[in-house]
Amino acid sequence: MTRTEPNRSRSSNSNSADSGDGGGGGGTTAMRVIVPLQGVVQGRGGLFLGSVIPCAFFYFLQFYLKRNRKDEPGSGDQNSASSPNSDSNSGFRDPTRSQSAGHLTELTGLPRSLSRILLSPRNSGGAVSVSGRASCVIKGEDSPYYVGQKRVEEDPYDESGNPDGVIELGLAQNNKLSLEDDLVSENPREEILDGLSISGIASYEPSDGLMELKMAIAGFMSEATKNSVSFDPSQLVLTSGASSAMEILSFCLADSGNAFLVPTPCSPGYDRDVKWRTGVEIIHVPCRSADNFNISMLVLDRAFYQAKKRGVRIRGIIISNPSNPMGSLLSRENLYALLDFARERNIHIISNEIFAGSVHGGEEEGGGEFVSMAEIVDTEENIDRERVHIIYDLSKDLSFPGLRSAAIYSFNETVLSASRKLTTLSPVSSPSQHLLISAISSPRFVQRTVKANRQRLQRIYTELVKGLKEFGIECTRSNGGFFCWADMRGLISSYSEKGEVELWNKLLNTGKINVMPGSCCHCIEPGWFRLCFSNLSERDVPVVMNRIRKVRETCKSQN
Amino acid sequence: MGLPLMMERSSNNNNNVVELSRVAVSDTHGEDSPYFAGWKAYDENPYDESHNPSGVIQMGLAENQVSFDLLESYLEKKNPEGSMWGSKGAPGFRENALFQDYHGLKTFRQAMASFMEQIRGGKARFDPDRIVLTAGATAANELLTFILADPNDALLVPTPYYPGFDRDLRWRTGVRIVPIHCDSSNHFQITPEALESAYQTARDANIRVRGVLITNPSNPLGATVQKKVLENLLDFCVRKNIHLVADEIYSGSVFHASEFTSVAEIVEIIDDVTVKERVHIVYSLSKDLGLPGFRVGTIYSYNDNVVRTARRMSSFTLVSSQTQHMLAAMLSDEEFTEKYIRINRERLRRRYETIVEGLKKAGIECLKGNAGLFCWMNLGFLLDKKTKEGELELWDVILKELKLNISPGTSCHCSEFGWFRVCFANMSEKTLEIALTRIHEFMDRRKRF
Repeated sequence: MTRTEPNRSRSSNSNSADSGDGGGGGGTTAMRVIVPLQGVVQGRGGLFLGSVIPCAFFYFLQFYLKRNRKDEPGSGDQNSASSPNSDSNSGFRDPTRSQSAGHLTELTGLPRSLSRILLSPRNSGGAVSVSGRASCVIKGEDSPYYVGQKRVEEDPYDESGNPDGVIELGLAQNNKLSLEDDLVSENPREEILDGLSISGIASYEPSDGLMELKMAIAGFMSEATKNSVSFDPSQLVLTSGASSAMEILSFCLADSGNAFLVPTPCSPGYDRDVKWRTGVEIIHVPCRSADNFNISMLVLDRAFYQAKKRGVRIRGIIISNPSNPMGSLLSRENLYALLDFARERNIHIISNEIFAGSVHGGEEEGGGEFVSMAEIVDTEENIDRERVHIIYDLSKDLSFPGLRSAAIYSFNETVLSASRKLTTLSPVSSPSQHLLISAISSPRFVQRTVKANRQRLQRIYTELVKGLKEFGIECTRSNGGFFCWADMRGLISSYSEKGEVELWNKLLNTGKINVMPGSCCHCIEPGWFRLCFSNLSERDVPVVMNRIRKVRETCKSQN
Repeated sequence: MGLPLMMERSSNNNNNVVELSRVAVSDTHGEDSPYFAGWKAYDENPYDESHNPSGVIQMGLAENQVSFDLLESYLEKKNPEGSMWGSKGAPGFRENALFQDYHGLKTFRQAMASFMEQIRGGKARFDPDRIVLTAGATAANELLTFILADPNDALLVPTPYYPGFDRDLRWRTGVRIVPIHCDSSNHFQITPEALESAYQTARDANIRVRGVLITNPSNPLGATVQKKVLENLLDFCVRKNIHLVADEIYSGSVFHASEFTSVAEIVEIIDDVTVKERVHIVYSLSKDLGLPGFRVGTIYSYNDNVVRTARRMSSFTLVSSQTQHMLAAMLSDEEFTEKYIRINRERLRRRYETIVEGLKKAGIECLKGNAGLFCWMNLGFLLDKKTKEGELELWDVILKELKLNISPGTSCHCSEFGWFRVCFANMSEKTLEIALTRIHEFMDRRKRF
């Protein structure tokens, strides 16, 4: 499963690093042995034995590690020991071996012709290797995250074209391009296309986004907070998606080997966005259904100190608000407590507010209000603002993920400066920017499309929750985002991850719906599932209900 | 164990400034080099024919504006509505229903494959399923580096090279660049000795080499890599069991199609998979089509693992589906692309000849080039001291006195001093003439002293 793979690659990466990093890793292990050892020895042998023996052991360990590292310089491929990739290391293994000397004489001769390449015996030496980062991807193919995706690709549901296909409820994407459909039918297209010619959009522009678009986005963000905060467009950095925004912040706020605290259940994407290429760790802080999955400051604190004891440096906390997968809104008290926590430990807060614009369920229904982290620091001292960074995603708001435009909002000049440079590697495409500017500035568009879309989501959510309730499946109260966090503990055969995976399989293969099992969200309690409804139309809801009914019946008959 | 929650707020908040990562505070992004400093000077005082005729002329930006009119007329005449939204309506439910994210639109990938084949005159085939889309070649190069090398490993890169590589290949990846030194004695071509020497340098420093990365046609040289050099390179990579990455971003800007050999042509006739799967090609529409703002790049790899990983990693740098829709029709229109490629090559060739002739009249020689959006100019004879400082002094004079922003060879890590890269495709012909006039006047003034 996804959870274990990245950890394995993590340790192999640190082993394969230069002696500087590797020594550190070996040192930590050694210290864990020495401290208790010293205690034992001091009881009898006194100070002399208490220091000599651990020291001797320590030096021996270092020597052993150094020797092993030299033998396996490509230990980044430890993961793939069983794959042909590991054979490639033999070429590098012994720098003093004469083969390289032998090659020198050949090279100074005439250039080799093509036929020589084909005849060279070296070719049969095995495949060329890829990095540790690449190897762990190849291993992670079995996770439900990817398996489900693949099934949907092979057999996608379509109301008319493929009514028995697999319905995608796993990922927060909108496949139906409903934005485009709405525009085609209502024909406000001319308004948007007016004045959009290619010559304005083809050349190089600042990679962190046009100021016009930043201003429009700042406006949207303000609206999401009901205008209690005004966002400064010059503190925005645009990039091609929320994944990229999260990764950029991870690169800027933490070094390889450091960690972020992440309350779970959380977005399955963090394993990739926060950890993959950065070498940064995630320490999960479990929340429980008994607490309505609210963050417990006590548990957070404990996690921080446990990490510290292990020698792992925490650089920040990552929260999502509205939360993914629960869809709950964090209260003002919560947010203040988190800021206090961060301040006292001098760490950062990344507030993932990508669903801020999709808040539904008004206060009359006990929905609560959305409070942005920006509002909390609005009144705080400057130093505190430097530790807060917000991620926003316009494409979620507009339900048009294909447009690829997310934003980092930060008060920290150095973070902004580094992020701006990093966006050359993940910029927003020019035509998309212009299209967005045009669309967002049209009041008719905002009124018709954006507001109508939110209402549609609200209706579908209500229907879905009602339908699930009739099956005895409760969902946590969600006030924002595109998810239902459903309690299917009643349907699993055993209260374990195995039971959860079995149910997931049934839902996929019998029910032909792809949902996200709680384990992918790192939920500590088995039996919870995340259902994404942003790509359902109202007509699809009964179809989904039927499918779930079918699965429920098979579960009942088995139990 | 007291609960830290009850801790008093520390009174010396000033010491509590929260720290950032090494990546955030390092200058590995290289943006402090003269390469970028010149752009700043341009931004502050940009040349404009009517409003600011004595402003700085930007000759440091390799952008292609010579054939823009062809694109404009195609997109606006042929497909006025479709140009923004792609073909009207859904081509089929599958197209819309599929999780499009990192696979990219099939029609667009097919269009890219077809376009890349056309550029190579059909001498190589491209499989659309091996195409991975990224938001620009910058992203493609970084992605490949992440996939092929671990932190502290090295890629061998021939000098002089594109200054952006210092950032793209090194900044976040933690991978090093070990230069393969090339010089003017053989027109800066890569020799087997230089290759071996670079490899040995890395080994002596206990650094593991994971691949060779070349740009073909070369930036900043503006010249194609000879076929036999490519074969040597592949041979070298096979022997050392490392990768070969060919950034062919300027492949459509070669003045005479016959003078370009793509590494794809060489791989095409090889059956041995272990040889093929070490080769990866990077391409982008920014230079050939002059659409840098669109941010469309691609990795083409013969290695299944690399394709699969690159696809996943491209989640961080996706091309918007709207852009894909917009360009898919255009790139698949073979009649249009054939005409475009032909005319573009012709116009670039003429520009090149204009600037080289103009410089020759002023007594300045350039490296014999046959591709790209720039020429590699030799001002070594103007230097008092053939050192980095000497070269930068001259660069500064050219920027401040002539108000021309050109790129000094040192920012491209050239081991010989006095070379400069001069771009000629990002301006009108008139502006180019004015730039040449400024150079003539400068040279005249110098002769008098």
